Amino acid sequence: MSLNITLAFGGGAELLFGNVKENKVTLEKAVEQWTIKTLLVWIKDNLLQHSPEMFIRGDTIRPGIMVLVNDCDWELLDKNDYVIEDGDIVTFISTLHGG
Amino acid sequence: MPVKCTNCKDAKGILKRSRTGDPICRECFFLLFETEVHKTIQKYKLFTRGEVVAMGVSGGKDSTVLAHVMDTLNRRYDYGLDLRLLSIDEGITGYRDDSLETVKRNETEYGLPLTILSYKTLYGWTMDDIVKQIGKKNNCTFCGVFRRQALDRGAKHIKADKVVTGHNADDIAETVMMNIMRGDVARLQRCTAIMTGDDPTGIPRVKPLKYAYEKEIVAYAYHKKLDYFSTECIYSPEAYRGNARTYIKDLEAIRPRAILDIIHSGESMMIKKGVKMPTLMRCKNCDYISSNDICKACILLEGLNKGRPKVSVGKSSKIQKNLLDHKMLEMKARQLNISVIPKAVNGCGSGQGCCGGGKCGSSESTLTKGKVADQF
Repeated sequence: MSLNITLAFGGGAELLFGNVKENKVTLEKAVEQWTIKTLLVWIKDNLLQHSPEMFIRGDTIRPGIMVLVNDCDWELLDKNDYVIEDGDIVTFISTLHGG
Repeated sequence: MPVKCTNCKDAKGILKRSRTGDPICRECFFLLFETEVHKTIQKYKLFTRGEVVAMGVSGGKDSTVLAHVMDTLNRRYDYGLDLRLLSIDEGITGYRDDSLETVKRNETEYGLPLTILSYKTLYGWTMDDIVKQIGKKNNCTFCGVFRRQALDRGAKHIKADKVVTGHNADDIAETVMMNIMRGDVARLQRCTAIMTGDDPTGIPRVKPLKYAYEKEIVAYAYHKKLDYFSTECIYSPEAYRGNARTYIKDLEAIRPRAILDIIHSGESMMIKKGVKMPTLMRCKNCDYISSNDICKACILLEGLNKGRPKVSVGKSSKIQKNLLDHKMLEMKARQLNISVIPKAVNGCGSGQGCCGGGKCGSSESTLTKGKVADQF
C-alpha cells in the first residue's frame, strides 16, 4: 500500500529542494516498510536537486539538520528506524547557518 | 509510542532536551528554555535595573530568539531594562540586505526601537568591496573585527550601557576548538567569558544564550513560529570555522553533553605564570581599545587604503591631533609584512606622507591598493 506523506523543509534546507518548503509526496510500495532511513534514500534520488553531502551523511541525515515527525523530535521516536505512517508530516530543519 | 514529558508528566514529549536527554512537551520546553536563560542572567549578574541594553540583531535564528526571550523575561521578571535593537549592515548582497528586512519586522513586532549602522558609513567599505579586494580567504577576519567595533560604536551612539549578542553554546564551543587548533592562547582565555569589558571605557558585551544549545534555539523558534532569516553568509563556505563546526556537530550526534563540556574545559584553562600576555591599551589612531599601538581595524583599513573611520570613538579634536603617524604605521606594516600608501617623493612638500588624493599630481602618489598579509 502506498503512503501519502508531507515533506517540509526549513532553516535553509529548502534551498536544496528548489526553495520549495512543502511537498506532498506518495511513497509507492517498493519496500515492506518505509522508515526514515529508506525515505532519505528516496529523497536523495527523487527530490534533492544538488549537493547531497549538504543533506545526507552516509546513510543518515547530515548532523546539524533536525528531523521532526508530526512536530515531534525524531530522537524521541527511533530516529532512522521510525516506521512512517500514512499522513505523516516529516520536517527537516537546518541549523547550519548564521544566527 | 509517544513519550510523556518528564517535567509535567502529563503532555506528550515533542523534544529531547540536549543537556539531559529528557523528553519534554511544548509548553514546558518554552518555560524551561526561558527560565534557564533567566537563571543564567541572574547567576552571572548580567544586568542592572534601568540600563539601556542594545541587542545586536541580524534577523537570524539566534538574535531573533534572543530578542524574543529578552523581551519576554524583561516583562515577566521586571528587569526594568530599556531594550533596543541594533543591527549592522556589512554590505553583503543577497545575505545581509535580506536579513535586515526580518529585523525591521522584529522592530514592529516587539515595539523596540531599531538602529542600523553600515560598514559603508563607518569604514567606507562594504564586505562585498573588501572581498573583491582581498579574495575569499581571511575575509571573516575583516568582518569580525569591523563588526565588533561597529556594535560598540552603534551602542555608544544610542547611549547603551550594555550590548547583548545571541552567541549560543555551539558557537562558543566552536570558538574554543578554533583557538586550540590555532594555539591562540590569548583568545582562548577571553572567548568563554559571558561578559567582556575589563576596559572601563568600553561597553560590556553579554551573551545570555551562552549555555543554550543551537538545536534548542532552532526548536524554540520553530515551535513559537518566530520569523527568522536562514541562509549561510555567501562567503562562509571557505571559512575556517566550518572545520570546527563539523567537528562539534559530529560530537553532538554522539554525545550532546560534549558541547557544554568543551565550554567548561575552555573556562577551566589557565595560563601558566610567567607567560607573556597582551595588555589592553588604546589605539593611537582611533582611540579604540586594542592589544597594540594601532588597533586591528585601523591596520586592516590602511591595508585597504582608506583613511580613518568616519564615526569615531572619542573626541574628534583628539583624532585630528593624533593623525595617523605615518612613520609608526610604516614600521608596524613592515613588521607585519604589508605595504601602505607610498610616501610621495616628488612634488609633495607636506612632510606628512602621501594623502593618496592625487591632487599634487605626483607620479609617486598613485593610489596603490596595499597587499594585506596572509595572516590577516
